[in-house]
Amino acid sequence: MASLNLVQILNGLTLAALLFIVASGFTLIFGLLRIVNLAHGALYLFGGYIGYSVTLGTGNFVLGLVASMLFVAFLGLIIDQGLLRFVRGFVLREVLLTLGVAFVLNDIALVIWGGDTFSVQIPAMLRGAVRFAGIYYPTYRLFVLGLGILVFIALWLLLNRTRLGALIRAGVDDAEMVEAMGINIRRVFLATSMLGASLAGLGGTIGGAFLTLYPTADSEILVFSLAIVIIGGSGSLVGAAVGALLVGMLNTIGQVMFPELAYFVIFGPMAAILAFRPLGLFGRA
Amino acid sequence: MSSTVSAIQRSALGFVLVLVIFGTLPLVVSSYQMSIANEILIFALLAMSIDVLAGYAGRTSLGHGALFGISTYVVIYWTSVYGGSAWVGCLLGVVVATLVAAIFAAFAVRVSGVYFLLLTLALGMIVWGVCLRWTSITGGENGIRGVGRPDLIASPTAFYYATLAVVLLMTFLIWRFVRSPFGLTLRGIRDSESRMRSLGYGTSAHMFVAFTVTGFFAGVAGALYALFNNFVSPSTVQLSQSVEGLLMAIIGGIGTLFGSFIGAAAIIMLENFVSAYTARWQMVLGVMFIVTMIFAPQGILGTLRMLLIRKR
Repeated sequence: MASLNLVQILNGLTLAALLFIVASGFTLIFGLLRIVNLAHGALYLFGGYIGYSVTLGTGNFVLGLVASMLFVAFLGLIIDQGLLRFVRGFVLREVLLTLGVAFVLNDIALVIWGGDTFSVQIPAMLRGAVRFAGIYYPTYRLFVLGLGILVFIALWLLLNRTRLGALIRAGVDDAEMVEAMGINIRRVFLATSMLGASLAGLGGTIGGAFLTLYPTADSEILVFSLAIVIIGGSGSLVGAAVGALLVGMLNTIGQVMFPELAYFVIFGPMAAILAFRPLGLFGRA
Repeated sequence: MSSTVSAIQRSALGFVLVLVIFGTLPLVVSSYQMSIANEILIFALLAMSIDVLAGYAGRTSLGHGALFGISTYVVIYWTSVYGGSAWVGCLLGVVVATLVAAIFAAFAVRVSGVYFLLLTLALGMIVWGVCLRWTSITGGENGIRGVGRPDLIASPTAFYYATLAVVLLMTFLIWRFVRSPFGLTLRGIRDSESRMRSLGYGTSAHMFVAFTVTGFFAGVAGALYALFNNFVSPSTVQLSQSVEGLLMAIIGGIGTLFGSFIGAAAIIMLENFVSAYTARWQMVLGVMFIVTMIFAPQGILGTLRMLLIRKR
């Protein structure tokens, strides 16, 4: 049994940063629209593949990032306007419908990109390692950590300091009331669902560069996102951050101590949270 | 009480139909078609186990495919890696699946509605993840190959009738279960948990037992599948297994039990048909799910029943 060192702690933190980016979109959609988007993992994978192809084609990582975000936001728009509108209000049908969407998206991705493992090309600027505190650590992973913090701050500002954010927060609490005040809540819903989807796309490209992309990557990300939302509570940004930190760190600790059963470790906190706070740490009924 | 009698008559009709149709099939179809019918029986049992929770307790589970697969894993591991007897293996498989179901249930009783779905989904996927990564035990993606069936049920026809007998027995048990006072309480919980609780029913205890019992049935189906398929890999426990089972229950009509046979037949025949032409079964499955959710959430039987009621 190896003990944790600084590198492993950083690995856990960077994984947590990525998971936060993906799960924040998931929890926003869940909290506001009350839709559990089970296609979120598939959107992550699709975004990753798009990011991979665009980065490979243009040689520009930023372009890959933007393309994956835009494309997946567009997918989110199609899912919301093209499919979910027909089952609006039936929670279970909505959830199961997104599950069907996940199957279709995954299979389309399999047709287009095949079953091989890909890795998004990292720009030259972020390659190599940084030396500090006596260790060498990959620059790219530090970039991911920074980006995760940046996304957290940006989302926090968006939610707490802008009109859209105020509407979203009001919608989480009582969507009907917001509508009664003369605001088109549907437009706020649509903006949120596209924002949430684009975060999945962003996560796909970012994650695709260090976790690689392969046909079952979507399921793994979806389980992490589910665990994070169950731990953190739906619709809570802080909950998603705390959940991501817990899951990211535990997963890394699990991989160090029992490599084959790492997956099992996230089971623990989920169970404990459910036993004492069924709605999650920061969840509200 | 006339409605009760007619309900019993209807169920009796269901039993007789399943017995006659599936009992005479081997006399008229090819051995390939018989193996498909065999698979239909096994998955109908899985679909029924999901249907008990979804239709009678109002909880949609996406974890029963994993319980099913755990049983399959245990049977194959016991017979091929450990070299034990298949009968003991089946017993062990069902016991382990039931125990895991009890663990799932201990968490699942805490939540309801969409959270229940999420939780069972997450739990099932953890099982999948463990099966995929724990290569020293499960063989990872390569899976484990079985050693074949015991002599008594080695021939496809013998195994087919054995499956039919087991599935019919289980169907009867499930039917008894949902029609018992316990099953009525479950329906009460489905309709209003808070009211049942205020009436003094231990709703959590009821849900715990119901989940564990359905896990037992999923485990029996999984053990049969181990004997049928003679091979297990993470795809046996993956999400699409639960999804297929749920889709079968939904297409057959939630809360109809015998609809599960129709749903299983529809999905498995379609899967075999589609697989003959294209490798895109997952896409077809996804599209079917989307279409069912939009147009026929009551399933085939349910939609027919609604049409009938409307005509009257």
